[in-house]
Amino acid sequence: MSDEKFAEDEPGFPEPPYLISRVQNTLKDYWRSNVKIMMVLLGFWAIAGLGCGVIFVDALNVFSLGGYPLGFWFAQQGSIIVFVILILIYALLLNRLDVKYHAEIKALKKSDRKDKA
Amino acid sequence: MTVRGWTFVFIGLSFALYLLIAWISRVRDTKGFYVAGRGVPAAANGMATAADWMSAASFISMAGLISFMGYAGGMYLMGWTGGYVLLALLLAPYLRKFGHFTVPDFIGDRYASNIARLVAVVAALFVSFTYVAGQMRGVGVVFSRFLEVDINMGVVIGMCIVFVYATLGGMKGITWTQVVQYWVLITAFLIPAIAISIRLTGQALPPIGLGSELLEGGYLLDKLDSIHADLGFSSYTEAFDGPWDKANVFLVTLALMAGTAGLPHVIVRFYTVKNVRAARSSAFWALFFISLLYLTAPATAAFARYYMIDSLQARTAEQLPEWFRNWEKTGLILWLDDGDRRLRYSAGEDNEIFSYKAGKVVINGESMSLVQILGSHQEWIASNGSSGRDWRPVLQEANLSGPDRDIIVLAIPEMAELFPWIIALVAAGGLAAALSTASGLLLVISSAVAHDLYARMINPAASEKQRLLVGRSVIGVSVVIAGLFGIFPPGFVSQVVAFAFGLAAASFFPAIVLGIFSKRVGTVPAVMGMITGLTFTSFYIVASIYGGMAPWTLGLFQQGINPQGIGTVGMVLNFIVTLGLTPFCREPSDEVKELVDLVREPEGEMSLLEIERTPQH
Repeated sequence: MSDEKFAEDEPGFPEPPYLISRVQNTLKDYWRSNVKIMMVLLGFWAIAGLGCGVIFVDALNVFSLGGYPLGFWFAQQGSIIVFVILILIYALLLNRLDVKYHAEIKALKKSDRKDKA
Repeated sequence: MTVRGWTFVFIGLSFALYLLIAWISRVRDTKGFYVAGRGVPAAANGMATAADWMSAASFISMAGLISFMGYAGGMYLMGWTGGYVLLALLLAPYLRKFGHFTVPDFIGDRYASNIARLVAVVAALFVSFTYVAGQMRGVGVVFSRFLEVDINMGVVIGMCIVFVYATLGGMKGITWTQVVQYWVLITAFLIPAIAISIRLTGQALPPIGLGSELLEGGYLLDKLDSIHADLGFSSYTEAFDGPWDKANVFLVTLALMAGTAGLPHVIVRFYTVKNVRAARSSAFWALFFISLLYLTAPATAAFARYYMIDSLQARTAEQLPEWFRNWEKTGLILWLDDGDRRLRYSAGEDNEIFSYKAGKVVINGESMSLVQILGSHQEWIASNGSSGRDWRPVLQEANLSGPDRDIIVLAIPEMAELFPWIIALVAAGGLAAALSTASGLLLVISSAVAHDLYARMINPAASEKQRLLVGRSVIGVSVVIAGLFGIFPPGFVSQVVAFAFGLAAASFFPAIVLGIFSKRVGTVPAVMGMITGLTFTSFYIVASIYGGMAPWTLGLFQQGINPQGIGTVGMVLNFIVTLGLTPFCREPSDEVKELVDLVREPEGEMSLLEIERTPQH
């Protein structure tokens, strides 16, 4: 990350307590959204890998996908495809979340500075 | 040109290229040496991570394992790729934000204790050394078959190359070399797979080919199942039909997943990118590039299985294909006839296909050589049993039934009768896989000793120059140790590699995850947890493999727990001990809580911990 950004973020004098608590609330929201996204994606991870690939594999093998028994397909192909997609979704969502909250916090500080001026 | 000629050309060219890159990207400071100056783009880092991660085991052994295990081989596929999801979601971005050099760095700072740091250093060294030893066997196999040079000579050549580019370029040299190595190894893996897929099914994409009909009619997988049933092997696609039951497949898969996420040489790759954003994208690119090989490997496995049985079964000596003749010389596959002059490969007593490993066949305290066995067996057939000896039961007893699994990938180009240069390319690919992983591991060993032990604990006042010197010397010493492992392989190396995952799962994984996601867990519970996980897991592995202990069922499982899966139990114990002790122990200090907060904040909010800004690092 660039050093100019830091210079903008850090005003160089102690921030007033009400601003700190507002920023902290925003940060808490950010962390909560992050954990929520993570839990949902980890849920899919468990279902695709450990669920379809191991626990329910015999039940799924009754069905077939082309020449593949479905459970076997999940264990040797499907789970891997799902894993790649999950990481892609995570990276996209979280990178967007970062931008959103970063902008929000910056706006909070800026409006505070404006109020003072 | 012959295969041997092409192999010299390919290996010579690729080695020259690796050295050239090392020279271009040589470094002068510790930041460049350990984390490549943090200037690696996400996609390039993804490729480097993929090469770092895909070792000789992935390239050479994995398809072979699946080929013989069928469905159960999927636990390696799911375990080694699923671990990346854990890594990407639970660890990589936070560790990047934390922004130091190594995994023990994080554990040491988060738990504010040099004891925690020391435990982490010991675990990192143990995991890395067992892993690096496993790479050397891969180097040895490739050199002995394709260059027909002495294995020891091959190991020495490989080690010299790694030494030069790891000490010269550090992480930066290693990263860019690994990017090239990725392309060498993925091309070498895909071309033969595509060729054999077209030959058998008419489909160019191996994952599609695996689910398609054979050109001679019938679905490939159905055919494999019926062949397996005829020969007495457990079903190829049916789950839990063979020696692997559901509980063990589950435990091993989970241990490999958590172990992957806890492997220090993989984690450290995420320290090399510019920022947290790049760390997330880089995790995606890494798994994307890895998945190209991992989606192809099960197809290669099934094609090779079908092709091997089809081209050998019921043949006479004159009808045997050329690839069999080539590999017979290495002893990795051999045919001991029962006298009817027709080859029979099966799971039963009448099996005639074996492999040979030096030192594994011992009669009256004397280790039998391959030539002795073949000669004596020939005599037995020629004399109708009156002299010589029938060696089939002996080899069966020694667990040497069937071909060696490692030949599957390496023999595929020959099975498909591809051009000699493709066979040579596969040799170069196998070496790229082994060397890229070895170099990444050597750097972890070097950073654990030179950074975590020397610079952080023994001599914190060391100058930049001193640190670099120690870092480079440690790589030198580790290269020699790794080379010795290759020349005098301890018999247990190949098994131990799988256990490195169990140990990583039982030690690092819970400590790092709780370090990020809990502010309450303090030093004592974390250290106790790591020690519990590490001792329990290593005790079970050592006792059940070398001590002859019967596998535990814990009253929950029908079969005992396979030592490869015990890491999952160790990990659960680690979590239980850590979380159980937490309410009774002191909370972490305010500085540590602040550190956790910083690690959790969105990008752009963190400044205190950027290593570049803090003078004491």
